[in-house]
Amino acid sequence: MRVGLKKRLRPLNWSRYLLIPASILMALFLGALLFLYVGVNPTRAYLEMCKGAFGSFYNFSEVLVRATPLILCGLSVGLAGKMLIWNIGAEGQLVIGGIAGSGVALFLSSHIPPPLVIPAMLAAGFLGGACWGLIPGLLKARLHVNEIITSLLLNYVAIMWLEHLYFGPWRDPAGRGFPGTAMLPDGAWFPRFWGTRIHLGLLIGLGAAALIWFLLSYMRWGYEIRVIGANLQAARYARINITRNILWVMAISGGLAGLAGICETAGIHYRLQQGLAVGNGYVGIVVAWLGKLRPGAIVLISILLGGLMVGGDQVQITLHVPSAISLVLQGAILFCVLGGQIFQEYELHVQHGKR
Amino acid sequence: MESAVILIAKITIASSMAVLYATIGEIFAERSGVLNLGVEGMMLIGALTAFATTESFQSLWVGTLAAMLTGGVFALIHGFFAITLRVNQVVSGLALTLFGIGLSDFLGRPFIGKVSLKFEPFGLFPLDKIPVVGQVFFIQSALVYPAYLLVPLAYIFLFKTRYGLQLRAVGENPSAADTVGISVFATRYLYTFIGGALAGLGGAYLSLSYTPGWKEQMSGGQGWIAIALVIFAMWDPLKAAGGALLFGFINAFQFYCQAAGLTVIPSYILRMLPYLFTIGVLAVITHWKAAKKRVGAPEALGIPFEREQ
Repeated sequence: MRVGLKKRLRPLNWSRYLLIPASILMALFLGALLFLYVGVNPTRAYLEMCKGAFGSFYNFSEVLVRATPLILCGLSVGLAGKMLIWNIGAEGQLVIGGIAGSGVALFLSSHIPPPLVIPAMLAAGFLGGACWGLIPGLLKARLHVNEIITSLLLNYVAIMWLEHLYFGPWRDPAGRGFPGTAMLPDGAWFPRFWGTRIHLGLLIGLGAAALIWFLLSYMRWGYEIRVIGANLQAARYARINITRNILWVMAISGGLAGLAGICETAGIHYRLQQGLAVGNGYVGIVVAWLGKLRPGAIVLISILLGGLMVGGDQVQITLHVPSAISLVLQGAILFCVLGGQIFQEYELHVQHGKR
Repeated sequence: MESAVILIAKITIASSMAVLYATIGEIFAERSGVLNLGVEGMMLIGALTAFATTESFQSLWVGTLAAMLTGGVFALIHGFFAITLRVNQVVSGLALTLFGIGLSDFLGRPFIGKVSLKFEPFGLFPLDKIPVVGQVFFIQSALVYPAYLLVPLAYIFLFKTRYGLQLRAVGENPSAADTVGISVFATRYLYTFIGGALAGLGGAYLSLSYTPGWKEQMSGGQGWIAIALVIFAMWDPLKAAGGALLFGFINAFQFYCQAAGLTVIPSYILRMLPYLFTIGVLAVITHWKAAKKRVGAPEALGIPFEREQ
């Protein structure tokens, strides 16, 4: 007996809406095995996670806080992905954006008219991330260097630079050895809403999602990006300038991640510190691919994974299970979705007898 | 002065081993046409398995074997998705890396800060009595010596044997290989497994010999550097050894400067060097190969095989 895959005559349409929920269920089942392995009742753990993420208005506001950088990083990875460019460097671009934006806040804000401080920080964050994204972009466009590896390796460089700054020249002299810069000046703090930690960054993320959606759906440039991603030969034939598009897309992709960095710094931490590089750039990859690179879906998936992360923190606090469980679950969900997608176009085919 | 040179050379060897094992493993996988970007995850899982198993069995070799087995099994997850389900291999590999980082972090918490057995350097008699060469190459830990055999054997296997030819055929032109009766699926699964086992061995080297102990994300990007070195080496184990040694040298140079208190180059720049260096080398190599119109990647790399019915 041989088991193989056979292409369906027609893709299985109804399963499209079930794919993500079914994948999550599968992943939760895998997670349950892990909880059992470390001796924790899985039902109790998942209940705690749900309570932590959705138990009250404040808890849910924390989910949105966690989702904010994910939206921007997901858009960053997703925009590049539309062109089949793999930006695995959102983490580093986020860090550089945070450095550039808080550099403006720390050292230049007294020279800027107060209403312009936050816009200047955002611009600096975007530009910082854009420059960092342009490095793999330039290497790819000019020298055809594999962008997966270069953008990923630059993450380590960015994080080392961040550590150097807050352990060294930018360290708070009054910080009594605490590794971090001085607090940002008051005028640089992003406004927060409704007595929660939800801050300006969420609006920026939603605005960016709307802009990218408009760009991809209605603008000539967005159309060019989609053509390059769908068929490189056709794009060449249509005289679309591929080099220029790679550079612009990597700059904007890096810029979006950079915005995530400055939003985290000026909306949550109020200083540059270790908590900036906690893997949001990597989760952005998961977000972008679960959202099938579509801006609206990226927002929804970000909130979902934000919930997973807040829930993960909750079980760490109450059940002393490492919060890394949320990363495990993310990886598992991504695998399940990948596998599930295949069954929309293929079906299991069992052949009896020897071939 | 001479002792400084010998010291740097010794550290060069020691710090290139994890990357070398992983690179050779990835060369096998990619030569069969499977691009596995999960190396970082498999290394971490290997490192944790090695440390945890060594602790419970009090045997370094059991730990090492367990790490190789686990690395291989993890590679098979990617293999199942890439070979059987034919999903996008880049996304599947990334998922494996994230999964590996998360899982090793999750399961590794109880082992942080623990001390266990470790491979101590010892002289390989009588080779260690050779002046200079002996001191550099043959006073190392027991996990270093197999690499001296693995590199030439992998080269001979790939380019001089019938099995190596079959492996390369599957990666270059799977349909043709299938026509002459080579099982593309079995070949790809086998070498994906071997790739993962070698990445696991690299991880075991990290947690049992190079930096004994377990720490989350202790591989620090070495899995990714291995993937870069595969391109640098043009899918050739001998060149991979050269690349890994170059990487090891940059590391050794950095350690030496920090230990000797040389402050000409700030320490944070030194720590960035291996990563910047890898990017630079990759750029030069890619450019040079493009100029010579010889990319050297297996023709069917990353493309799932589907037998025509």
